[in-house]
Amino acid sequence: MKPILEVKNVVKQYGDYTALNGVSLTVPQGSIYGLLGPNGAGKTSLIRIINQITMPDGGEVLLDGEKLGPQHIKEIGYMPEERGLYKSMKVGEQALYLAQLKGLTKKEAKEQLDYWFNKLDIQGWWDKKIQELSKGMAQKIQFVVTVLHRPKLLILDEPFSGFDPVNANLIKDEIMELRDKGTTIIFSTHRMESVEDMCDHIALIHQSNKLIEGPLNEVKKQYRTNTFEVGIAPINFQHLLADINTKYNTNKANFKTLDDELKLQIALPQGTPPRELLQYLMDKGDVTYFVEKIPSVNDIFIETVSQKKQ
Amino acid sequence: MSLSLIIKREFNAKVRNKSFIVMTFLSPLLIVAMACLVGYLASLNGSEIVNIAIYDQSGLLKNDFKSDGKTKYTDLAELTFQVAKDQAAKDYEGMIYVPALKDVHDLATKVQYISNDSPSMEVTSHIENVINDKLTKSNLKELGFEYDKIEKAKTKSTIHLSKFSGEETHKEANIIKVVIGGLSGYLIMMFVIIYGNMVMRSVIEEKTNRIIEIIISSVKPFKLMMGKIVGTSLAGILQFIIWSVLGLTLFIILSLVFHVNMGAGAAIQPQAVQATQGFSQDIQIYLTELGKLPLVFIFISFIVYFIGGYFLYSSLYAAIGAAVDSETDSQQFLLPIIMPLMLGVYVGFFSVISDPNGTVATVFSMIPLTSPIVMMMRIPFGVPMWQIGLSVAILFATFFGVVWFAAKIYRIGILMYGKKPTYKEIYKWLKY
Repeated sequence: MKPILEVKNVVKQYGDYTALNGVSLTVPQGSIYGLLGPNGAGKTSLIRIINQITMPDGGEVLLDGEKLGPQHIKEIGYMPEERGLYKSMKVGEQALYLAQLKGLTKKEAKEQLDYWFNKLDIQGWWDKKIQELSKGMAQKIQFVVTVLHRPKLLILDEPFSGFDPVNANLIKDEIMELRDKGTTIIFSTHRMESVEDMCDHIALIHQSNKLIEGPLNEVKKQYRTNTFEVGIAPINFQHLLADINTKYNTNKANFKTLDDELKLQIALPQGTPPRELLQYLMDKGDVTYFVEKIPSVNDIFIETVSQKKQ
Repeated sequence: MSLSLIIKREFNAKVRNKSFIVMTFLSPLLIVAMACLVGYLASLNGSEIVNIAIYDQSGLLKNDFKSDGKTKYTDLAELTFQVAKDQAAKDYEGMIYVPALKDVHDLATKVQYISNDSPSMEVTSHIENVINDKLTKSNLKELGFEYDKIEKAKTKSTIHLSKFSGEETHKEANIIKVVIGGLSGYLIMMFVIIYGNMVMRSVIEEKTNRIIEIIISSVKPFKLMMGKIVGTSLAGILQFIIWSVLGLTLFIILSLVFHVNMGAGAAIQPQAVQATQGFSQDIQIYLTELGKLPLVFIFISFIVYFIGGYFLYSSLYAAIGAAVDSETDSQQFLLPIIMPLMLGVYVGFFSVISDPNGTVATVFSMIPLTSPIVMMMRIPFGVPMWQIGLSVAILFATFFGVVWFAAKIYRIGILMYGKKPTYKEIYKWLKY
């Protein structure tokens, strides 16, 4: 996959404060890329640079291999975290205006708007003012104006904050569909649930520096601890418990199965193949559950951020 | 392309606003109505009869105060002083008290006016005039002059005003110039404040709406700011043009009603004017003089100075709007903007009108923060072209500087939420 966006050594300073300290990212074409980080990490500063709202003090940004310039504005769709619309302007007029600012002709904008209004089944809203709409309705419009000009790169800053679950789901589906059609999506968030099931690439920014970057699976492999969750109905309960604690590092596990068996979390020393454990267990009873414990994005996030603190 | 889109949106947002339509068509009516009301109230005041008592122990003055439509003098000399005083306090505005005098010359210093409320200027000056007259007559008599002959010898002259170009003007022309100049200067100030505020509110609106970041991901903040300023100014110019058309219509209607001949050399002969002093004659003179002013030039100057002054100030308004989160926070920053505007108007009213080409007026019509107001007040009196050119050049040069400065604050300010900035902080933004 060739990268659609390359951020190279970008530095941004506000007075004495360094918001981005030489951050580099590579966003592959067609990915859903999670840009993670706690509040104040520098995500918004980076996104504003990609959107050419502010200029970097150092480094450069390439879109499709070209240095970022005014011609790229129409290639990017941006939904900021702090977002809104003109309250007293009519929905249709407003959407046309914003699409034309992105460089669409009035005719193109109208066609696109018709498409989206049909798709989201909101044809009747054209002449309504935003202040007459409910919050959920306004959120749909917000999404429509972001994607109206068919951007190659869609940047969504905390996309689900403020969305009700129904709309959040709807938007999620639309995002997936856009991805399937070839749009690259950058998600900036500190909510890990949505990252887990949507993103295929992630990067973690903390205190103005990038700490982790890569495909989600690769990152998870890096952070795997060779820990397994095991369910077993032992032949001799006491014996197993005593024996296993001498051999392995165990912990109580918490997962759901139908029977009331012994549930353990077992951390294998690095390099120990899991089949060794499985063979050991099979001698001791009926194994009902044997799964590698994969670190969640949340775990990785918290581990990395708190490590950095120490 | 995007600039024209922004201008269009801003213009539409202003012009379609109900308050714009109401302001444009209702405020001229309101102004006319106010003028009528003030005139009516003034006439009410004038029709009241003022009752004044006279208690003249000297007997020198009692026949000199003659009652007329405005004032009624009553002689209370038959009463004792104390009774007269009590009665006057109850039933009269006041009492003129002349003590018993040996010498007529003591009138100059010994006459009293006793009242509860302090008397109006009109009353006191009338009393003083009567006394002065009396004394002057008696002085003249003592010196051996005959008063009647002196009266006969007095003449009344009328000076004819004309320009070196040969055109005749009237004294009334000066009044018209003061009115037109004052009105234009005042209008410029009002327009700058009203439309500058509109720009500021529109910036704050985008900030509180949180649409600002979406828009500046499509256009440069500078373009957005300029689009906003230009779009709003077009609404202002439209309003001014509508008012001018309404004013011109009124002027033409009045001219037709009062038969003003607008042709060249139509100046009414001053002699003829003196012959008939009727009300319609006055209006005829004023309208003729108004017609003789370079109205088109004034109109164009107004537009030029409005644009210059408005752009200068509204870019500052835009910067303030960007720096704050709500209109209430803007007050502390607005004061330094309002001050030079007020100064302009005061200089205009107190200095330009008495001496339109004096040093003070000339200097303030060059300083860009006051020049739109002060120069507009001077223009009806005739200003050398080089001065206008220089003043406009300074105004527009400053305007570019201020826009650059305001754009820097604007660019940073629109992305700052949630804290009330200080001057110090804004100064820091300039260096980002």
